[in-house]
Amino acid sequence: MAKMQQSYVRQEMVQDLPPPPASSGFVGWARRSLFSSISNSILTIVAALFVVWAGYHLFHFFILDAVFVAEDGSACKLKPGACWAFIWDRMDFFIYGFFPKDPYWASTDIFFVSAFMEYWRINVLFVIGLALLVPLLIPSVPGKLINALLFFIPFPILVIVLLNGGWFGLELVPTEKWGGLTVTLIIGLVGIVASLPIGIVLALGRQSKLPAIKTLCVVFIEIWRAVPLITVLFMASVMLPLFVPENMTIDKLLRALIGVALFNSAYMAEVVRGGLQALPRGQYEAASALGLNYWKSMGFIILPQALKHVIPGIVNTFIALFKDTSLVAIVGIFDLLRTVQNAAGNDLNWGAPTTSVTGYIFAAAMFWVFCFSMSRYSMFMERRLETGHKR
Amino acid sequence: MATQDVAPRRESPKTSFFNDPKVRGLLYQVIVIAALVVFVAFIWQNTLANLAKQNKTTGFDFLWDTSGFDVLFSLIPYDRSSYYYQALLVGLLNTGLVAVIGIVLATMLGFFVGVARLSNNWLVARLATIYIELFRNIPLLLQLFFWYFAVLKSMPGVKQSYAFFEAAFLNQRGFYVPAPLPSENFWIVVLSVVIAIGAVFYLRRRARIHLEATGNRMPVVLPAIGILIVLPALAWLLSGATLDWDLPQLKGFNYQGGLTLPPEFLALVFGLTIYTSAFIAEVVRAGINSVSHGQTEAAQSLGLKDGDRLRLVIIPQAMRVIIPPLTSQYLNLTKNSSLAAFIGFPELVSVFMGTTLNQTGRAIEVVAITMLIYLTLSLGTSAFMNWYNERVRLVER
Repeated sequence: MAKMQQSYVRQEMVQDLPPPPASSGFVGWARRSLFSSISNSILTIVAALFVVWAGYHLFHFFILDAVFVAEDGSACKLKPGACWAFIWDRMDFFIYGFFPKDPYWASTDIFFVSAFMEYWRINVLFVIGLALLVPLLIPSVPGKLINALLFFIPFPILVIVLLNGGWFGLELVPTEKWGGLTVTLIIGLVGIVASLPIGIVLALGRQSKLPAIKTLCVVFIEIWRAVPLITVLFMASVMLPLFVPENMTIDKLLRALIGVALFNSAYMAEVVRGGLQALPRGQYEAASALGLNYWKSMGFIILPQALKHVIPGIVNTFIALFKDTSLVAIVGIFDLLRTVQNAAGNDLNWGAPTTSVTGYIFAAAMFWVFCFSMSRYSMFMERRLETGHKR
Repeated sequence: MATQDVAPRRESPKTSFFNDPKVRGLLYQVIVIAALVVFVAFIWQNTLANLAKQNKTTGFDFLWDTSGFDVLFSLIPYDRSSYYYQALLVGLLNTGLVAVIGIVLATMLGFFVGVARLSNNWLVARLATIYIELFRNIPLLLQLFFWYFAVLKSMPGVKQSYAFFEAAFLNQRGFYVPAPLPSENFWIVVLSVVIAIGAVFYLRRRARIHLEATGNRMPVVLPAIGILIVLPALAWLLSGATLDWDLPQLKGFNYQGGLTLPPEFLALVFGLTIYTSAFIAEVVRAGINSVSHGQTEAAQSLGLKDGDRLRLVIIPQAMRVIIPPLTSQYLNLTKNSSLAAFIGFPELVSVFMGTTLNQTGRAIEVVAITMLIYLTLSLGTSAFMNWYNERVRLVER
């Protein structure tokens, strides 16, 4: 009785068992997120079958049955897949539009001529634009202010000088000859550069205590937001010429640019207003208490915070603007989409059933890359600027 | 304590005339309005001069002229000898039709995809994400072109149509579906359906009052289904009404009879539905995510059943977040239907701002009417939104 053997009481802890194989690793993950219940399993199987089916067809269309190298459309007629050779052949048109190919000063019998075609102007702009844009987007690169100023003021001027020509011995290239991705990017860039400041001014005007200014801004914003962009472009193309003195003509591209910029500035104004309204009153009062005047308090206190709040909204407006550039085709401008459509429909060399599908897929891919990267970049900036003041 | 050395209240310092905020505000407004007046007068002057130079007349009398053009698709009788105001009406109705169909389909698809994106099932959630990111980031116009030129216009010819149960046919000229041919007294059946729906709503109301008064549930679902089936069936049998179907049939080189949905219409509806549903899916996801998990737990601890928890706690709160952006998506869809001008479906912009404007040259009048219509639509929607926001606003202390 007294000699109680207590050896069966454990002295040290047993090591933890590893989790059962069915609840960890890939198997566990699959059980949790794919086969957690019968209905879930059925869903997974149906979805997987769909993925396999779609993947098989897409793989065939894009790669196995596709024509990568061909002289003309005859090879594409034989195969049911994509006609990539068409894209490759007409790439110049898709990027540069009708921009003159041959250099103005060099005769075509010089063998290195292809490197010095008039395209060099656009290429130079692409390179300068990228060189200015990339450091602007990477947060750790210093000199943001100078960089931004360079990108938003001299660069657009350079674009006009170089593309239009007529100066410094450059051949004059009228805007009717601009086209393709170049024009799409120009409209996008000008729209973005113009609509943000106009939008900010409109938003501030809408918050104004002066009734006349407030009413004007509200009317302006609501009218633009109420109508579809296509009516604005129609209006810009048929009514702007009536509005200016008769001896003055407004360039077709410029009309579209004005339309796109004003249209999007109204949307931008509403986005910015959201940011202004989200700021607590204390910020306005603090700015006044510091003795800052209206513009200083807006520029140093209110707008930096308000704009930070609405970065996603601003970028969404940019994305919508970039997608909307495709509508300028209605007033006869050859943007990326229009060049693709034109080449697929009218190029007798490439008359094959798959040409137009391939063209649209190419254009869609181009637009998608730009829009998707913009949305991802905005998410990145949002996380970076997050300072824990979320209300 | 220290003596309270209250400074005598000073007269507010005399500001110079131009530094007085009131004077300044007034001055700014006067300057802005003056600039606006000058600007408008300038435009007005130019427009009058330009119009006079082009020998153009102005006025809305053209609306009662014969249009002389035909349209592809119309809900009301319309032909070449109709008037411009009828063309306007055709366009308006077609816009309305596309908008209503697009809104219904996009809402269903969007809610489905939005819920799928939040699914516990990894594969389903991924597929929904791909769908959203793909269709959101491609311009609508490009999608319309794809559906119209690359898909519907490259359908097989009439002789090789895709047939669905020998009743509906799809070829490059459009989609041919059976048309209902109700007999003369068929309206009785339609009326009975309306009455049945009304009865179900009444039943629901009674059940709720009963529940609030006694705490007991009245059966609703089964009686409702019963009413919805029995009443129309009775009406059908007793009235002797019939509903025949006019099937499309291949006669000569084309299908005759039935209802023809032209490819322009189909492409527009497809494009608008898919594009907008991607946005609606994001709206729905944001709405559902905005209801915190604590609400679910609170509902469970109150002892609510799963269905009641969703119906009474989660969905009403999610809807408050969902409805405003959803309405603006509906408005966007309606405005985007104007892209039909690119593929030749005769809606408002295409018929009126396109053809009518080209034929009459009355740019200002046509643009004004079109913009006014869209403005009315948009302001109506925002009025509804304000009313709704007021209604569902959180009542705080």
